[in-house]
Order: sequence, then C-alpha cells, then structure tokens
Amino acid sequence: MTYTADEMMTVSAARALRDGMTCFVGIGLPSAAANLARATHAPSLVLIYESGTLGAKPDRLPLSIGDGMLAETADAVVSVPEIFNYWLQPGRIDVGFLGAAQIDKFGNINTTVVGRDYRNPKVRLPGAGGAPEIAASCREVIVVVRQSHRSFIERADFITSVGYGSGPGQRERLGLTGAGPKKIITDLGILEPDPESLEFTMTGLYPGVSAAAAKERTGWDLAIAADPEIIAAPTPAELGALRAFRGQQGKARSSP
Amino acid sequence: MAEIVSLAEAVEGAIADGDSVAMEGFTHLIPFAAGHEVIRQRRRDLTLIRMTPDLIYDQLIGAGCASKLIFSWGGNPGVGSLHRFRDAVEHSWPVPLEIEEHSHAGMANRYVAGASGLPFAVLRGYSGTGLETLNGASGGPAVTPTIKPITCPFTGERLTAVSALRPDVAVIHAQRADRAGNVQLWGITGVQKEAVLASRRSVVTVEEIVDQLDPRPGAVVLPAWTVTFVARAPGGAHPSYALGYSVRDNGYYVAWDAIGRDRDVFASWLDEQVYAVPVNTVPVNTGPVNTVPVNTGPAVRS
Repeated sequence: MTYTADEMMTVSAARALRDGMTCFVGIGLPSAAANLARATHAPSLVLIYESGTLGAKPDRLPLSIGDGMLAETADAVVSVPEIFNYWLQPGRIDVGFLGAAQIDKFGNINTTVVGRDYRNPKVRLPGAGGAPEIAASCREVIVVVRQSHRSFIERADFITSVGYGSGPGQRERLGLTGAGPKKIITDLGILEPDPESLEFTMTGLYPGVSAAAAKERTGWDLAIAADPEIIAAPTPAELGALRAFRGQQGKARSSP
Repeated sequence: MAEIVSLAEAVEGAIADGDSVAMEGFTHLIPFAAGHEVIRQRRRDLTLIRMTPDLIYDQLIGAGCASKLIFSWGGNPGVGSLHRFRDAVEHSWPVPLEIEEHSHAGMANRYVAGASGLPFAVLRGYSGTGLETLNGASGGPAVTPTIKPITCPFTGERLTAVSALRPDVAVIHAQRADRAGNVQLWGITGVQKEAVLASRRSVVTVEEIVDQLDPRPGAVVLPAWTVTFVARAPGGAHPSYALGYSVRDNGYYVAWDAIGRDRDVFASWLDEQVYAVPVNTVPVNTGPVNTVPVNTGPAVRS
C-alpha cells in the first residue's frame, strides 16, 4: 500500500501513545495522531483539549479544539481556568502532544515570531496558546512537526514553550515540573534527546529515508544514532483508519 | 440589573471609543453579531481583549476599530493565519496595533484575578519563555510587562504573577436569558463567567429569551444583577456555534482565509456583509424566534 510522508508521520505519532494514557492534545497534526491512536491500538486513550473537554471521544477529526462534538462526547466539560489550573498545572496529565513552527536542537518551540526582533517580526505567528504550560507541566511531551531546514534550527528565534532550554539542568533550574520533550516525530523519522547532552538526535528513520536526507533538512549539525531504527511502514489498518478520518474531515469542511 | 434592549442599543450604551473590551467565547459561543455591530457603529481606539482573537477580532482589527490587542493565540483554528491581524502587526494596516501577549493559562488566570477582585493571579508558568524576558539580545523593553516573577511567602518557591484583567466591557453570547435578564449558557463555557465578572459593564447576546430557564447539565448561570444589557441575537455566534441551536460553520472558517488575505477583498466583504446589513433594532422580548436577520456566511469572491 502506498502512503504519503505526512501519513507516515501521523501513524508514527499515534504509535507513540499507549492505551490508557491521558493526553493533552494540540490542534492540527497532534490531534489527528491522537485520534488515530484512539481509533486503533489505544481505545482507552484519554483525550484532553484546552477548551475544557476531558475524555473527549470524537468519531471524526475536530477542525478546532472547541468543536461541539468534543463537548458532547466528553466525560466532563470544565471551564478554561479549571482545565489549566486544576488539570494541567499539578502534573496530572501523562503526555502533552504539541506542534511547532520552529523547534531547536534542545526541543524549544517557537510559535510566536520569526525573526529575532519581537517588535519587528519577519512573520507574526499565532502565539502561545496553551503550549507553554503544556510543555512545562505534562509528565512528558511529544512534538509532531514536519522537518525542514527552516523549521529545525540551531536556536529558536523566540522561545514560546521550553524544551530543555540551553541544555542539561535548565528545566530543573527553571522549576519546570514535567520531564520535557521525549520525542520529536517528523515526516522523516523520530528524534530523541541524547541522554548526556539532551541535544535531539535522529534515532529512527522511515523506510526509504536516508540519514543524509535527514541531515539535509535540519538547520543544525544533526547527529544520527549509530544504528537508527527503521520504523515500520503504516499497516493497512492504520492507513484505513487515518483515511477514514480525513474523508470525514473533508466532508465537514465542505459542508455549508 | 440587566436591561433587555436591542443589540444596537446594547453596543451603543455599553461601548465607547477608547474602551477596553473583552469579547469571549472559546471556539463556542463567539459573539460575532455583537462584534459586527461594533464595526457598524465605527468604534475606534478599542483595546480588544480575547484569548483567541479568531475571525471576530480579525474583522474588528481589519475594520480599524482597535489600537491594542491583548491575547494568547491569534490564528484561524485548523486553517492558518489571521491575515488582518498579521497585516496590522507586520505593516500597521489599517492602523498600528499594539500587542500584549500571554499564554492561555496566563489569560485565564488574569480574568480569574479580575473576577475575584484581586490585583494579580499566581501560576506556574512562563518560566524560561521569551514572554517573561526582555526583548531579545538588545535588552529592549519586556515582551509582556504584565508577567512578573514572584516568590511564595510560605515555601520560597519561585512562581509567576500576572496582573488582573479589568475590562471596561465584557461581551458574550449565550444560549438563553429569561425575561428578568438572567443568563444561561452551557457546553464549552470557556472564560465567559470570569470575563463578565471581571468587567465593569457587560453585553450578553442570546439565541432566545424564554419565560423560564429550566436546568441544563453543566450550565453557567449569570444572575441578572451581574449583567448590564441582554439583547436577542439568534444565530449571533455564527460562524461559531451555540450548542443545542447551531453547528460550527467550518466552511466559513476555511473561506475566510482568502477574504482576510487581501485588503480589497476584505474591504468589499466589510461593505457587503457588515455595513450593508441593517442595524438590529428589532424589539427583543417579543415575537417568534428566528425572525431577525443575522449575518450569514462570507460572500466568497473568486
């Protein structure tokens, strides 16, 4: 079965979620992956959206984090102050699932501005949303983002959400309670932090992706694991479930 | 005590040039009809406050109503950029837009502090982010001056304080009010209660005005004495939605990208879909539901 790089990325991200986990879901690629996990190997995955929906069970991909379907299928709907203060902040949530516009070698995420001068940005991005506290307080974080020379950079132009800051010991010094980003899942493979330096290293590649291609599409001098895992291609069941979601979303988008 | 008036009267009575205005509704119950009425009344120099500016503030910013935006996420959900917002920040068009930027947790807590009558709120947040630091290596002014470190007087822990939000006016959309002006909303209720209680005045548009508010699971009730004006505006959350009354018009959000992207297309949209729409002065607590014309989807120009 043929598949696209984006499909491989979404399937790979879904596999990173274990059944029964609680997952704070960002919109876009993370939401597609989390919903795919729930539809395949992780039916008891608890999806939590920042709109205040705890345990949402959507049967199609939500376009926004506040779709009515999320509220109607949730175990509980709470206010926005409550979702951040009672549920996220104390560290109750296993994994935060985030996207990024830029990410650097220490897993710091920028979704604020492109360019080093905040007051005169080259590009104004949407901003922080829930991400800074998700990145700070979830027990661990997984980032899903397409890999390119422009998005994977040595140092983020602006740190919206902290990964490992400037390196080992920084999260502890900042008082961040969660363990930080454990995986960056891209359209080429998987990066994980080096145990010593915490610099993100390519530890997994998709079938047909070369280490050279991964280096080419990274803005820092990317280290590749000595023996990178070759990640299994999507199964027909995974692809079928993902495409069913996509079909439904296409229909939802084109409805009047 | 809430006064039940037309939407035009509510906006006229509650919002003046230069006011700080919080129009809240987290994806759900976004008060679009009220926002369009503010554009029609050509309010200027507003400080707009909202966690997710969404299309409603893209429209107000593009129409030149705002001189400052206080926010935490300014995108078109699931679609992309807010182009009017970006044009204002990147090119000062149609007027310069000052921004004050937070995270969602920070904004939510600022409303909680405002509603609680406190000068600030405390959270674990912002630590190590660019928002709490000075502007870049040049050491310019603080990116967000309403974020400051604070030490817990009991444990010595380093935490973060954010200043309270005390808007002049909160504007929200709810499912229903009764004839006394008690307001009821349910589903995703976001920060609407906090925004109304933090603000000096409030405007609540509703889908319908009923004799009696029967209980709904998870509903928020704002007693009439916490609300300034109630106005009937059926469909007033469109293209957002009102649970139990309408569904989110995802197609509008997708179509908005092309309209918002181009200044001229946006100007035509404003003329046709906002300025040309008759002012809503329909009497409010009489008559059947759904007789008031509401702004319908964007006229997409090819």
